[in-house]
Amino acid sequence: MTKEELKGVYKTYQDLPLTPITSVNSSSNRTGFWKTNKPVLDESKCIKCNICWKFCPDVAISMNDDEFPKFDLGHCKGCGICAHECPKDAITMVMEGDVA
Amino acid sequence: MKMVMTGNYASAYGAKVCRAEVISAYPITPQTSVVEKIASLVSSGEMKAQFVNVESEHSAMAALISASMTGARTYTATSSHGLLLMHELLIWAAGARTPIVMSNICRANGPPWSVWADHHDAMAQRDTGWMQVFCEGNQEVLDSIIMSYKLAERPDIRLPSMINEDAFILSHTVEPVDVPDMELVDEFLPSYNPRFKLDVDEPYGFGSLVMPDMYMEFRYKINEAMEAARQGWRDVEKDFEKTFGRNHGGLVEFYNCEDADAVLLIMGSVASTAKDVVDKLCSEGKKVGMARLRVYRPFPVEEIRKLAGMTNIIGICDHSYTFGHWGPMAQEVRGALYGIADQPVMKNYIIGLGGKDMTPEILEKIFLKTLALKDGADQEIEWIGVKGLGGW
Repeated sequence: MTKEELKGVYKTYQDLPLTPITSVNSSSNRTGFWKTNKPVLDESKCIKCNICWKFCPDVAISMNDDEFPKFDLGHCKGCGICAHECPKDAITMVMEGDVA
Repeated sequence: MKMVMTGNYASAYGAKVCRAEVISAYPITPQTSVVEKIASLVSSGEMKAQFVNVESEHSAMAALISASMTGARTYTATSSHGLLLMHELLIWAAGARTPIVMSNICRANGPPWSVWADHHDAMAQRDTGWMQVFCEGNQEVLDSIIMSYKLAERPDIRLPSMINEDAFILSHTVEPVDVPDMELVDEFLPSYNPRFKLDVDEPYGFGSLVMPDMYMEFRYKINEAMEAARQGWRDVEKDFEKTFGRNHGGLVEFYNCEDADAVLLIMGSVASTAKDVVDKLCSEGKKVGMARLRVYRPFPVEEIRKLAGMTNIIGICDHSYTFGHWGPMAQEVRGALYGIADQPVMKNYIIGLGGKDMTPEILEKIFLKTLALKDGADQEIEWIGVKGLGGW
């Protein structure tokens, strides 16, 4: 089986590889819509300590030198660990929208 | 080179001559000396491998699944409760189609706490998708590791393999063992090189979610490989014999079974004692035989049907029990013989749980009981040697 065949359409079990294999990075699998609450940063309190970035279990926070953390809401599942760990209470979890 | 060694050292040398590249294991009696020996071979430089220390058997198997997915040849060993703790990841290893080879030193499960031999730990893993071999002696322990890699890594098989050896009776008992030259093993066993692997230069994701329209297809592929492994074992053992000049009897070893009035079907080291008892009884004019079920998964249906054509009575000796319904081997043998013409008389014996000694005297009694079943089994199942039960 070639890499191109991996991307083919499966009609029968014979067309499948031995075990599920994806040739795309999992970053293309957007799981952000699972969340109920999203993190919102209060920049006036943030000290850019990187703790939220370290604790995020979904690698959904990015940090660059001298910048505030950025939340990747396409992958953030809204667990709230960043808000819980923030030593300055600079992150608040806010309901994304009204749920019918 | 011929050396005198325990079954555990035979396991360690098996991993060495196969050039296993990643070892991850957690110690448990009676497996400990397998990984102790490997650790010392790695630290002295005799064995070029990474030894990954972990905090549990669950982690050991997880480490090997990942290592195997990079294309490394992997090996571990465990026993009893360690094997039970691995259960989840054994199923993962088979589903991920990682050809991991593992020695399981068969030991009873607790409570009551026990470190002695029976097959209950291995039998509890029957449905995980691992191939399972049960050994009679230490040479077979080593050779089965070589054969296992050869078959497990075949592109159309790609299933993990578990080599079972009885606690203490093999694991801590020394026998002469021929440790083959690594160059000869290299000739027999090419390096493992899967087409798709964990590789930073060519990244793939493995074992991802599939929807219900595709799940059964993947499970069918595992079963298809396991069915093919039945002929695979026969072929690998023939190839092995060509290279190394010995075999261990195929999927089921027949000892004096042709035209025997009664045969005992046995797994593991008890078969060795049973062969002596067969010789003794035959010298007294009794027609008995012994069949040793060596490969339990895939289950050797054809060989069992062949056995049914050789003899009229089969005593199925399970070194294990499935609470609520017979021993596991008895279920499978009766299932394999269902509907055939001239079905033999069958009786299930539960033997040797938790290391209860299977002496020649006890085996002789079982042979004589079995010979007496000409007109049909007196009962479906009998537990052998339980004090207060059935005259024991």
